[in-house]
Amino acid sequence: MICQECKQRPATMHFTKIINGEKTEFHLCEQCAKEHGDMFMFYENDDFSLNNLLAGLLNFQTPMKEMTANTFPNSDILQCETCKMTYHQFTQIGRFGCSDCYRTFARYLPPILKRLHSGNSTHYGKIPKRKGGVLHLRKQLSILKQKLQELVAREEFEKAAEVRDQIRSLEYQLRQRGEEEM
Amino acid sequence: MSFEKFFNTAVSSWMSQEGPDSDIVLSSRIRLARNLVDFRFPTVFSSEEAQQIVSLFEQTFAYRSYHPVGRFELLKMSELQPIEKRVLVEKHLISPLLAEDSPFGACLLSENEEVSIMINEEDHIRIQCLFPGLQLTEALEAANELDDWIEEHVNYAFDEKLGYLTSCPTNVGTGMRASVMMHLPALVLTQQMNRIIPAINQLGLVVRGTYGEGSEALGNIFQISNQITLGKSEEDIVEDLKSIVQQLIAQERMAREALVKTLNIQLEDRVFRSYGILANCRMIESKEAAQCLSDVRLGIDLGYIKNISRNILNELMILTQPGFLQQYAGGVLRPEERDVRRAALIRERLKMEEKKHGG
Ligand SMILES: [Zn+2]
Ligand SMILES: [Zn+2]
Repeated sequence: MICQECKQRPATMHFTKIINGEKTEFHLCEQCAKEHGDMFMFYENDDFSLNNLLAGLLNFQTPMKEMTANTFPNSDILQCETCKMTYHQFTQIGRFGCSDCYRTFARYLPPILKRLHSGNSTHYGKIPKRKGGVLHLRKQLSILKQKLQELVAREEFEKAAEVRDQIRSLEYQLRQRGEEEM
Repeated sequence: MSFEKFFNTAVSSWMSQEGPDSDIVLSSRIRLARNLVDFRFPTVFSSEEAQQIVSLFEQTFAYRSYHPVGRFELLKMSELQPIEKRVLVEKHLISPLLAEDSPFGACLLSENEEVSIMINEEDHIRIQCLFPGLQLTEALEAANELDDWIEEHVNYAFDEKLGYLTSCPTNVGTGMRASVMMHLPALVLTQQMNRIIPAINQLGLVVRGTYGEGSEALGNIFQISNQITLGKSEEDIVEDLKSIVQQLIAQERMAREALVKTLNIQLEDRVFRSYGILANCRMIESKEAAQCLSDVRLGIDLGYIKNISRNILNELMILTQPGFLQQYAGGVLRPEERDVRRAALIRERLKMEEKKHGG
């Protein structure tokens, strides 16, 4: 493949960019990449490398997709109602169209997520304060329970009593929320 | 514009402060990707949606004071000149993607430039906190606080099982990318980096030279960041990254000691030759400039060079990029013209140091 910029030297650098959902590929020789690439220099290139990773991953899935196309005749028209993105489009672009896509494509996602995240498929990090709701209370509760154990082990009973009261109040809040939701 | 005035406005205030281990770690950064629940992702959203998001953030956060960092200013990409956007990219305040391809992109920037919030890049927002030296925990704390402050006013797309929902599946979960920029000349000189990079990759972290994948690192600067965002807490990701960075710091220091022991005079010669080039050149390409700056910076760290501030590498790596060169020149430059301007800018900067230290 020759460089699309100078049209002389062979292209050795390949970039993929996604602009408004459209995939554009750049094939440049090292010299032209440097000219252009001044722009990509000295700051994160993580989107580029992760793009490649993802493209590789989804390409890897192509044979499987053909297979599923036969097994589930509907998989090709699996489409997100909110943003209208199809699963096929998702595999091409490597990006979701909206947060509902996660639910729409849910059954196909675990193997992809596991490959991208070293076998993990469940969030174990921060929970937003408002949106997290009950989840947030539950996480706080487990942190406080651990803290209580530590305080008791260190025989700091005064502080432990404070934490115990906090735990009780959280448990009360959780019970109330539970009743509301029922 | 005089160079000093240009310099003072070009260098972010956080950049000229020294952080912990700043002989080796240039900067620490936390970036959080977040999306709003009521809008489609930037991959497919309409221009109306994009504009609604920008005005939502403009109304809620612009010109407001946020106590740790001061006031936020909103910059719309469509209202900036190409060179201005490029300068923001070169300062690491926005990504190339936002500058080039986001017609409805915007950025909320704090007065001290420690914090920037990109709007309508790959995700609706990306919160970014930058600190000098190795301060990942501090950066995470700052990013978390800011994230909480924003969440008081908007509804994030969040799923109980998958965490923060991002446009790209590589970011889902914490939505967090933690990274440090390290100067590792001795590990490169002793050819240990080739061995170290695959080892770090195996630990689920990514190492990049600053010229991108697969090519050599410009100025011996490497960026190390987490690859995984799902299944580990933000704190654990940061702790894992920090422990690798600390090991790299120790190895780099050992390699420096070994170099001084075995090649003291050769090393000193190399440092001063590079200094000589920078102080006298009339044309210099970015690659050579980066290598010479790396040598000079090593010379400062090893005590060969005394009268130059340590930030010189950090600052000049940023200032000698095309955007800044053209801003300083006040117009568009061809590559050869850039090499001339780059040389002039470096000489000016070194002269400023001499003046400062009465040399
Ligand atoms: Zn070319
Ligand atoms: Zn969707």
